[in-house]
Amino acid sequence: MTDIQREPYDVVVIGAGGAGLRAAIEARLAGKRTAIISKSLFGKAHTVMAEGGAAASMGNVNSNDNWMVHFRDTMRGGKFLNNFRMAELHAKEATDRVWELETYGALFDRTPDGKISQRNFGGHEYPRLAHVGDRTGLEMIRTLQQKIVSLQQDDFAETGDYEANLKVYAECAITDLLLDGDRVAGAFGYFRENGNLILFEAPAIVLATGGVGKSYKVTSNSWEYTGDGHALALRAGSTLINMEFLQFHPTGMVSPPSVKGILVTESVRGDGGVLKNSDGKRFMFDYVPDVFRKQYAETEEEADRWYTDPDRNRRPPELLPRDEVARAINTEVKAGRGTEAGGVYLDIASRRPAEFILKRLPSMYHQFKELADVDITKQPMEIGPTCHYVMGGVEVDPDTAAAAGRVQGLFAAGEVSGGMHGSNRLGGNSLSDLLVFGKRAGEFAAAYASSLTERPTVSQAAIDAAATTALAPLERGDKGENPYAVWHDLQEVMQGLVGIIRRKGELEESIKLLGDLRVRVAGVGAIGGRKFNPGWHLALDLRNMLIVSECTARAALEREESRGGHTREDFPEMDSRWRQVNLICALNATGDGVELTHKPLPTLRPELLGLFDESELSKYMTKQELTDYEAAAAAAKQVTVHDTVDTRIGG
Amino acid sequence: MGSNRHFRVWRGDDTGGQLEDFDVEVNDGEVVLDIIHRLQATQAPDLAVRWNCKAGKCGSCSAEVNGSPKLMCMTRLNDLPLDKPVTVEPMRAFPPVRDLVTDVSWNFRVKTQIAPFKPRAPDAPDGTWRIAQSDVDRVQEFRKCIECFLCQDVCHVLREHHLHDEFIGPRFLVYAAALEMHPLDTGDRIEALRKAHGIGFCNITKCCTAVCPEQITITDNAIIPLKERVVDEFFDPLGRLLKVYSRREGA
Repeated sequence: MTDIQREPYDVVVIGAGGAGLRAAIEARLAGKRTAIISKSLFGKAHTVMAEGGAAASMGNVNSNDNWMVHFRDTMRGGKFLNNFRMAELHAKEATDRVWELETYGALFDRTPDGKISQRNFGGHEYPRLAHVGDRTGLEMIRTLQQKIVSLQQDDFAETGDYEANLKVYAECAITDLLLDGDRVAGAFGYFRENGNLILFEAPAIVLATGGVGKSYKVTSNSWEYTGDGHALALRAGSTLINMEFLQFHPTGMVSPPSVKGILVTESVRGDGGVLKNSDGKRFMFDYVPDVFRKQYAETEEEADRWYTDPDRNRRPPELLPRDEVARAINTEVKAGRGTEAGGVYLDIASRRPAEFILKRLPSMYHQFKELADVDITKQPMEIGPTCHYVMGGVEVDPDTAAAAGRVQGLFAAGEVSGGMHGSNRLGGNSLSDLLVFGKRAGEFAAAYASSLTERPTVSQAAIDAAATTALAPLERGDKGENPYAVWHDLQEVMQGLVGIIRRKGELEESIKLLGDLRVRVAGVGAIGGRKFNPGWHLALDLRNMLIVSECTARAALEREESRGGHTREDFPEMDSRWRQVNLICALNATGDGVELTHKPLPTLRPELLGLFDESELSKYMTKQELTDYEAAAAAAKQVTVHDTVDTRIGG
Repeated sequence: MGSNRHFRVWRGDDTGGQLEDFDVEVNDGEVVLDIIHRLQATQAPDLAVRWNCKAGKCGSCSAEVNGSPKLMCMTRLNDLPLDKPVTVEPMRAFPPVRDLVTDVSWNFRVKTQIAPFKPRAPDAPDGTWRIAQSDVDRVQEFRKCIECFLCQDVCHVLREHHLHDEFIGPRFLVYAAALEMHPLDTGDRIEALRKAHGIGFCNITKCCTAVCPEQITITDNAIIPLKERVVDEFFDPLGRLLKVYSRREGA
């Protein structure tokens, strides 16, 4: 067959965003020879798009903050469907992970006394997001990049080779994971630049490939977000959870059409921006759901006072979790109170001085000025929901990030993993998630590699099969269908039938149409050669987009309730019986479709349960659960969140 | 909806190439990258281009539009004379890979040559630092860089004189400035800037500043202050004398 380059490593990290780079740093620090595989150039990862900040309860701006409050907010945001242990680890470790970035050279905005400043964000009780203007993700990627280069410089000093122990493979895409029995043995892929094939032989692989948004027409996601890691995990025998939960960010650009979907940071609202409909009404006050009634202001006056006096006033409803705000905007537009382009107004111009806006939101100013001819210091922005983030992902062990299912040696961190955010992620919890679980995945992947007495090996048959699959679209050439046409139709199905508001009939239709698309995806062809051929790359990505879309559609049909990033018009209420259920996707026996099963959620530990009022829990839990928990919660009642941080709790 | 316009896109690879003509639909509000995507979807599925965010934040889609170095995702058609053909070419300072994609790997190798961040000891007992916002602001300008390499593309030291082995280019002078002016950094890159990094080759024509899509004042705020530091360190006779003297004192 074709020449295939082989590279042996201890740990291979697929994905070079925040989670992947943090994992790679940890694996290299653990003494493992580590490869980072990046679908794009090094440093272009989707993480650079993250604007608002990294949530960590450092308490630099409001000293009442601590991990318990952060944990509580995260569970509330996820409507209690979160894997509680992940939410707990995240809340506890985020502070150290963010501080650590400063030791790598990150430069966050400061408080007046010189500490890392923190900003308000939707669903966070206190100012909690460490940030750099509105380009925090870029700062994080550059910082991690800088750390990786410095580790390579250390290796050069010792070995004379920068890439002796840590190498970045840029513009390299992985098409299949190869196994030895149930053990991970390698990752097979191609270089975009020349189309050459490569086999990474490694006993431990970390998936850090991000999300799935490119299956949607209106999305804030980049071309890389084709669900690669999700699909690789499925095909390797692992499972996905919560795939019905997609976050539609409430504020994407809507006009002109060509910029539709581009993200407008939530910081606009955190820093004082408000949402208005075409009647000029600040409508979010009409959309505060019962479960959040206690924490949100009822009048504009109270909401406005909150910015300067948060201890004695409740938060503005513009800062509700993203799922609530996105649904509200959707409802306003449907009711005919939207703009001509189908959005609503986001107004900071009338509420903050121009110099404040320029200092706090420079890239938003730039983005609207350049792309839409709008000066956000003078005019309102026009915005609407955009597909932004998938809460669902690879089912993982919360402590080690090891993927569930029969496969061993596979780990997942960041957006590609599931569980941490439940049914809806809070803004700011993604960057911290990348760091906390990126580190854990790197650490435990390294430990797993060390624990093996012999290296798993890849069979020649598996390599040949992977090569055939990778080259198939080129073989079909112009006899195959145009991959761009198939992609377009897939986006139509997902946007139209599995979007922000879902209905039984449409979901059933989507599953039928995805079945038709499966046949077409198997027949796509790429004209041209192997050298940097985007048509060929897309043809291969489509396979991943399709299987992941099928997971989302099937899980969305199955879950007959509305919760977080899953809204069913025919089941508009949250149902506490469904809170006890995770939907698990696995590859079916024939390997060409998805099988769905129910699995109970892990039970919250009593001391974590004690962090919530019973009246709040009663909104989420069944009567039976509440009875069971009563005794335990009473025992933990002494623990109040406003006490000083006690890391022994639950630790 | 849209009307058709004439685009000329460079197609080829390291062995050569030429401008290819396309008639393509354009719509109000679109950017050059939209047109390239439309060409891929309708006329040339194998047309090679790099892009990621399509929002001016990742710095992937650098190219030369009508001869000017630009991010294609931030170049609006409204701002181009559409009565004439629009020319889209790869960055010319880097070797072509295919179509609009160039080999920018040199940049990543250069980065490994710059001395890493070396923080001072923590200020507070909990291991953290206290930094004034004003000290952060100055460096944050440099850290806005999205590594689109348009400044490298337009720099005549690299583009015309090909001094890649002797000069690190504006991008990495900005990178070095970010480290040198980092409030916590204790590293010293001044001698390297003068010798290995070739800062003297820059004759302050400010072409880099003019093309920076992040509007970083590359020449005035990064390169000139670094040049001043080099001069202070190596060419100030009084300073040198003082240094020799203080070294003796210290010994």
